[in-house]
Amino acid sequence: MKLAGKTGIAKAARKQRVRRQDVGIWELRLYIAGQTPNSITAVTNLKRICEERLPGRYRIDVIDLLLNPQLAKGDQIIAIPTLVRRLPAPMKRIVGNLSKSERAVVGLDLQAR
Amino acid sequence: MGTKVRNRKPVERSLRKSLTGIQGLDEITRGGLPAGRPTLVCGSAGCGKTLLSMEFLVRGATEYNEPGVFMAFEETAEELVQNVRSLGFDLDDLVANKRLALDFVQVERSEIEEAGEYDLEGLFVRLGYAIDTIGAKRVVLDTIETLFGGLSNAGVIRAELRRLFRWLKDKGVTAIVTGERGDGTLTRNGLEEYVSDCVILLDHRITEQVSTRRMRIVKYRGSSHGTNEYPFLIDEKGFSVLPITSLGLEHQVSDERISSGIPRLDTMLGGKGYYRGSTVLISGTAGCGKSSLSAHFAQAVCQRGERCLYIAFEESPGQILRNMRSIGIDLEPWVKKGLLRFQSTRATTDGLEVHLAKFHKLIQEFEPRAVIIDPVGTLVQAGALRDARTMLTRLVDFLKARQITAVLTNLTSGRDSAESTDVEISSIVDTWLLLRDIELGGERNRALYVLKSRGMAHSNQIREFLLTEHGIELMEVYVGAEGVLTGSSRLSQEARERAAALSREQQMEARQRERERKREALEARIAAMRKEFEAEDAEAARLVDQDRSREQELGLDREAMGRSRQSDEAGTAERVPEKSNGRADSARV
Repeated sequence: MKLAGKTGIAKAARKQRVRRQDVGIWELRLYIAGQTPNSITAVTNLKRICEERLPGRYRIDVIDLLLNPQLAKGDQIIAIPTLVRRLPAPMKRIVGNLSKSERAVVGLDLQAR
Repeated sequence: MGTKVRNRKPVERSLRKSLTGIQGLDEITRGGLPAGRPTLVCGSAGCGKTLLSMEFLVRGATEYNEPGVFMAFEETAEELVQNVRSLGFDLDDLVANKRLALDFVQVERSEIEEAGEYDLEGLFVRLGYAIDTIGAKRVVLDTIETLFGGLSNAGVIRAELRRLFRWLKDKGVTAIVTGERGDGTLTRNGLEEYVSDCVILLDHRITEQVSTRRMRIVKYRGSSHGTNEYPFLIDEKGFSVLPITSLGLEHQVSDERISSGIPRLDTMLGGKGYYRGSTVLISGTAGCGKSSLSAHFAQAVCQRGERCLYIAFEESPGQILRNMRSIGIDLEPWVKKGLLRFQSTRATTDGLEVHLAKFHKLIQEFEPRAVIIDPVGTLVQAGALRDARTMLTRLVDFLKARQITAVLTNLTSGRDSAESTDVEISSIVDTWLLLRDIELGGERNRALYVLKSRGMAHSNQIREFLLTEHGIELMEVYVGAEGVLTGSSRLSQEARERAAALSREQQMEARQRERERKREALEARIAAMRKEFEAEDAEAARLVDQDRSREQELGLDREAMGRSRQSDEAGTAERVPEKSNGRADSARV
């Protein structure tokens, strides 16, 4: 798990978008607001799903909006926690603490892989 | 402020209010929206919720030094900027100066998958960040109910909205939350349960294909407020509510009198004409000279160097100018001088509210001292009768408050009673001139009388009203044994009277001559008699003389005799009577 600001990510994302088919790296961003039970659950659930389905092919950025409130606007965040699949395109958005992992898998479009 | 809310103290003695800066709304809310609390603005689609709330923010930012945050759930920031530019609001500028923050919240159900528990903390973070960045005092959430469409867990949304409104109160921001009108409820999702301090309902009704916007304050906790439905307008100057009662009857009155343009009519109106700032109604049947009377007034206004606005619903300016020239009133120079302005529109082109807005705007721009509306009755075509009347009442109040003299004309159809108007505005006018046809002797003639004129001793006479080549002339009508006569009946009656007068005069002259003749005859007789008397008198005198000389001679004889007889001097001569006054005697003849 890596906490990251916005800088660098966007640029990297753009580069990676071009060769996503080749590299196949999944870029996921999880928005939380403080260490609430839902947030902690979401982080744990996300890591578990990724390890199961995408071992070694994912990258997770956890963004705490209490620290970086200005980032909420960019990804149209309303609900917390929200998981944004930035890559591969198209962008997907899943809200909730991911305790319903079936739905999370469907939402991330992971079931086929 | 914040502490007050947190301690949940009862409403302070006078509720703090936040002026909206929206024309009229502050009047009906008696000072604005509740400060530091959310207000719900609800209404059906397209009723002006977004514009009302945007103007609330823009006025706050520009006039009250209260920056604001606009959180839009339905329109993007770019769309908003474009949409309100037509109202003269430059949002880009306000955003650049940190007086305003726009945030578009996109809630698209198809893009959102729900997997597990969540809350809406993200929304709080965004809003809190926007508020803190510009130090906002005002917040608009437009339309937050969209959340119900975007997220499936209504229970969470309800709980979070409740928390949001509490949070807004704690932040001490004055907020407007908009909501779409539901079926039988104020909002689709029952927002009124959460926002209960102040609820404003906007309405957009279409009656006979003409729309009218209305506003009502459903509820205002802790404050009195206007409870009526108030019409409102949205034009290029923004939102304006037109509270009828707020204009009220508190306008200043003037003692100044101004001419009606017709000297004889001024005489009928207590000798001096209309009061400045009064409202004059000229009603009458078709073609009886209402417009001509108005044109006379317009001319008189312009001759005093004052501006006059002529609102015509039935004729184009060119037509009015031509027609008035035919009765000797040339209005064109005044138009060229900029003292007279025509506004010709069909009553049916706009709804009443739009008409009213246009008049307001025109009057504010042109600043006339007199306004003519010819005719007001056609406004009924643009709306229902009651609406037309309230609209006119508001217009009259508006004009009175500005001391603008108003002349309204109204067409009465032959069927109706002449002493009524189709818009029933007679009670709000100060002076009422009635023009009517009098049908007599195969002619239709015009007559004018003053039905009422508040505050002056006006004439009770009917005057015949003539349209001549040099304007309107008022004539006395013939009132006699044969009733009221006008037109050629009056003329022939007058001729008959002239003939009768002539013959009476001739008779009198004859009588005078007779008298003269008699006097002359009498005097002739007197002269003759006097001559006769003088003749007799002379004769008598002669006889007296004869007698006297005879007597004298007798005396002499006696003296001589006495002398001869030596008698003494005792016996003197007898006295002779003096000659009598013949003239005095003759007068007695």
